[in-house]
Amino acid sequence: MVSHALEAVELVKTYRGARKKPPLRALDGLTFNVPEGVVLGLLGPNGAGKSTTVKILTTLSRADSGTARVAGFDVIKDPDAVRRVIGYVPQKPSADPMATGIENLLLSGRIYGLSRQDAVRRAAELLERFDLTEAGGRQVRTYSGGMQRRLDVALGLVHRPRVLFLDEPTTGLDPEARTDLWTEVERLSGDEGLTVLLTTHYLEEADRLADQLAIVDHGKIVAEGTPEALKAELRGDSVHVELVDPDTDGHVRALLAQLPGIGEIVAEGNTLRARVDRGATAVPAVLGALEDKAIPVTAVTVSRPSLDDVYLSYTGRSFKSAEIREEGRAA
Amino acid sequence: MATMTAVTTTTSAARPGGLLAHTILVTGRWLRAQYRSPALIAFTLVQPAIWLLLFGQLFKGVVNLPGFSNPSYIAFLTPGIVMMTALMTSGWNGTTFIADMERGVMDRMLASPVRRGALMAGQLISNATTTVLQTILVFAIGMAAGARYDGGATGYLVTIVVSVLVGTAFGSLSNAVALLTRQQEALIAISQFISLPLTFMSSIMMDPKLAPHWVEVAARFNPVDWAAITAREALSATPDWSSATRHGAYLLAFTLLVAYLSTRAFHTYQRSV
Repeated sequence: MVSHALEAVELVKTYRGARKKPPLRALDGLTFNVPEGVVLGLLGPNGAGKSTTVKILTTLSRADSGTARVAGFDVIKDPDAVRRVIGYVPQKPSADPMATGIENLLLSGRIYGLSRQDAVRRAAELLERFDLTEAGGRQVRTYSGGMQRRLDVALGLVHRPRVLFLDEPTTGLDPEARTDLWTEVERLSGDEGLTVLLTTHYLEEADRLADQLAIVDHGKIVAEGTPEALKAELRGDSVHVELVDPDTDGHVRALLAQLPGIGEIVAEGNTLRARVDRGATAVPAVLGALEDKAIPVTAVTVSRPSLDDVYLSYTGRSFKSAEIREEGRAA
Repeated sequence: MATMTAVTTTTSAARPGGLLAHTILVTGRWLRAQYRSPALIAFTLVQPAIWLLLFGQLFKGVVNLPGFSNPSYIAFLTPGIVMMTALMTSGWNGTTFIADMERGVMDRMLASPVRRGALMAGQLISNATTTVLQTILVFAIGMAAGARYDGGATGYLVTIVVSVLVGTAFGSLSNAVALLTRQQEALIAISQFISLPLTFMSSIMMDPKLAPHWVEVAARFNPVDWAAITAREALSATPDWSSATRHGAYLLAFTLLVAYLSTRAFHTYQRSV
């Protein structure tokens, strides 16, 4: 039997609008299941409803309608039971900056009911594991961003939760710290059947860390599956043409659309992205056509489908443009 | 599936402690933070000293007004300054909650089994230790300035207890405003807007019998004035214990009510996130 560590059914959540703004429907019938021991990546642009989902599942917030169960416990009927079995790493740094790393871990462990001895042992174990042993006695405000984030994850694990929520764990980290944290999160999934719900707006992060992906758009799941399966559903390759000047009147697009074996084309700034049956034959054709018409080009690249393409095909817009638009909306 | 074969070594944490255990833990957190900010401590202690001496000098002539009840203005002023200090310092209380909300600390706590009452009580107890220190210091300075308090040990004790009630009532009110507004600026504005009238529409600096009638009426409904009256009676040579007890009881009831309502504010906060 596969038991579900997380179940969300038809979650709806509307935030009251600020003055003179319409209410914001953050979740619009969001449904998904996560089996035990799986790392689920909830992928979507800012404002898609990822954090709202996490807040509802961690009992912080309540859905207007719909139900959710975490490790079998209903988040509305039995929030205390849910709180005991989850670890929550919020989007923002969540350690007390005035306390030391050890004090933060001890306080958290004791709140969850560990004895003083057990809490001390567990704190030492986690500091070691997250490479914070030396910094453990220092106040958290002296930590670098990467160190704080590692401590945040450690805080989420103090009480050996069954489900761990990581809300945008690497947002705002420099590339090196991000890679470090990825390594840590990868190690988590091997951990004692721990189920992880990870939200991210980095495609690369989702691709690397998640066993299962759910793409969220406008408060709904629009696609689900393993990263590989989602990519495999897209036939062919993706060709990116970077022009010197933007294709404002669409004539380049029209030109490329006539070529054989070329599917859907999306223009974005100076870049045209096309789905093609076979990259190897499409690229010479594209280059030839552009050269005939003397259209200056910076680069033409061909790639296997990426999650970006998956996102594009399910939501009808590229991840980057969605990101920009949603950011404006959320602000 | 891997889930079938995995040996279940996961043990959910022991049952989390109750309100008392959590309150002790949370109190420890705030006490440690407090005593790691020496500049803040120095400031919270210097402030009441300055008020006592400044107002003591500024208004010392009022004892010459016909009908003023106490021949030593500093002695008259001391309990008032104690309450004013407790009020003003506690008005800032909520800034600690705002800082927790701006980071993810509050959300992490609220998603844990920690008792909401403990989150509130722990912070207020730590605040109360500051109030006690401030109160003792105001007495020390008053004495150094020549004031004598006839009420003795009982008088000092009552004043300390009452000042802690003021600090707790307005400290939890400040925390509630923090949870409801989630904005530093709003909190400070509201706290200033409330604390100045509460200070001046009272017997803190002036015997209300000598103030306009409406001030006297307003003071009757002012918890800070209840506190000042209770402490002043307890410190006097011939306390009117019936008045002290009555005003002390009003204050206690007010404090309990506000602390309870403020703890409810966690729910309102959670509804808005």
